[in-house]
Amino acid sequence: MTTTTPATRYETVIGLETHVQLLTERKMFCDCSAAYADAPPNTHVCPVCMALPGVLPVMNRKAVEFTIMTGLALNCEIPPFAKFDRKNYPYPDLLKGYQISQFDMPSTQNGWVEVQVEGEEPRRVGITRAHLEEDTARLTHKEGADGESYSLIDMNRSGVPLMEVVTDPDMRSAEEAREYLLKLRQILRYMGVSNANMEEGNFRCDANISLRPVGSAEYGAKVEIKNMNSFSAVYNAIQYEVRRQTEELDAGRVIAQETRGWVEDVNEAFGSDFAKGSTVSQRSKEGAHDYRYFPEPDLPPLTVDLSYVEKIRAALPELPDAKRARFQSEFGLSLYDANLLVETRAKAAFFEEAVAAIEDPTDAGRLRFARLIANWMIGDFTRLLNANETELADSRVTPKRLYAMISLIEQGTITGASAKSVFEEVFRTGGDPAAIVKDLGLEQIGGSDEISQIVDKVIEANPKPVADYRAGKQEAVKFLVGMSMRETKGRANPATLTEILKQKLEA
Amino acid sequence: MKLEREAVTHIARLARVHLTDDEIDTYAGQLGDIIGHFDVLDGVNTDGIEPTTQALMLRNVMADDVAGPSLPRDVVLDLAPTTEDGYLRVRAVLE
Ligand SMILES: [Zn+2]
Repeated sequence: MTTTTPATRYETVIGLETHVQLLTERKMFCDCSAAYADAPPNTHVCPVCMALPGVLPVMNRKAVEFTIMTGLALNCEIPPFAKFDRKNYPYPDLLKGYQISQFDMPSTQNGWVEVQVEGEEPRRVGITRAHLEEDTARLTHKEGADGESYSLIDMNRSGVPLMEVVTDPDMRSAEEAREYLLKLRQILRYMGVSNANMEEGNFRCDANISLRPVGSAEYGAKVEIKNMNSFSAVYNAIQYEVRRQTEELDAGRVIAQETRGWVEDVNEAFGSDFAKGSTVSQRSKEGAHDYRYFPEPDLPPLTVDLSYVEKIRAALPELPDAKRARFQSEFGLSLYDANLLVETRAKAAFFEEAVAAIEDPTDAGRLRFARLIANWMIGDFTRLLNANETELADSRVTPKRLYAMISLIEQGTITGASAKSVFEEVFRTGGDPAAIVKDLGLEQIGGSDEISQIVDKVIEANPKPVADYRAGKQEAVKFLVGMSMRETKGRANPATLTEILKQKLEA
Repeated sequence: MKLEREAVTHIARLARVHLTDDEIDTYAGQLGDIIGHFDVLDGVNTDGIEPTTQALMLRNVMADDVAGPSLPRDVVLDLAPTTEDGYLRVRAVLE
């Protein structure tokens, strides 16, 4: 929270509703392809998804499975009986005049997910439900030459499987809401059930925000915020709304229960410590919307038996929290490092493959290599990926090559300084580290004879620092070590070199 | 029982279905028969029977996740009264 005074007067209460497009081949209720992203308008359309009279929907088995997977990952109950309902509302993005959704008997309910804001204790956010429904058509609003406004409809998105994940009103700050969304996205991506990309519109979030006096058990009037198309938009909109409601309450006004839209880049009502943008009233909510829900007669209900649920549970991938805990206990990694490594499933898999390549049979050796692999992945590797705007999946570095390079350092074939150049070359070419070391002539100078010769040359060429050192100026050695290392092109072990240099200076 | 022609025309207009004169007569008869059937249902004693929205008692009817062909776009667009650049065009509706 940006200001401290409101925080002591009011408690912020946030619940999030997130719509997630599922990664299926087929749409939810018809055979049309759900991969519409690059398709020309109205090319993924059939009588079912354009709502011609007399058609029959047939539900997508995979979408049902993805929803149950998500429910399990979010610690939800999977009720033995679920059904679909019609949610009626007139708007041109709904070709049928209703959306097929799940009302009172959803496929999953009553779960939780653990969320941790940096520097705070982890907290559980309750999951009210994750239910299955269908996406709507896309509307584009236009204005004609005569000033008349109209809408264009693309039905490609109509009927794409959509999962809605609803939380309990458990979040208390914009930071916590952001952490929750990041965690949800991470879990969905781990399971491969969605691309979960806000900017692409397949991960869309609405926020319900209310304030109440600290200590009050009753909730204040709920304001729903829509149109937040990025993580920062969610964060900024919540910050704005908390501040707005605080000012309203402080002024003795009543908060209206309404829907507001987040609009970026307009006004700076609350000064420079707030992002540009504000929430704008869209419509007031007279109680709950009357959607006239009724059971969908065209879709037989679902019965879900325990063995089916257990089969799905057994096939779930190891999820990020479990993986992080295992990386910490198995490899002695810090919470911070383990979190970075499990950020994506691809990153975690890379680490595990590299670790699997470790040849050292001792426990100590295995831990030592694992930590080095983690350090290289979090350090140089990540830096190079970022600098080249490359994804890990597209990188030429393989887990085995990274391990091979680290082995070369550990065996004393190359120095840590040379390793940086070798790794850059592996990154650039995908080549074998041992071959690169040969090609670049980066083998560590092992024999003290060779180092000795180089040191002699440096001493001869730098009489002033040599004299300084012999006169008692200890730091002068640093310059001489640097010159010698440069002479070896970083191929000498710095400790060995320093020792030889000192011996010669003091002789 | 036969439905009034006006009723059929009204329903057709709400459903945006264009009917010929012959079709109006046909559907007046057919829709009338369907509505008449509710009188038969009304006569059944349902005391002590759980309400249901499903008549066939089917469960778990699902399709595998395999995409099939969609309609050619010109067929889709031909079904709409107004189109523009491959889109359907409608009057602006404010929420
Ligand atoms: Zn379709």
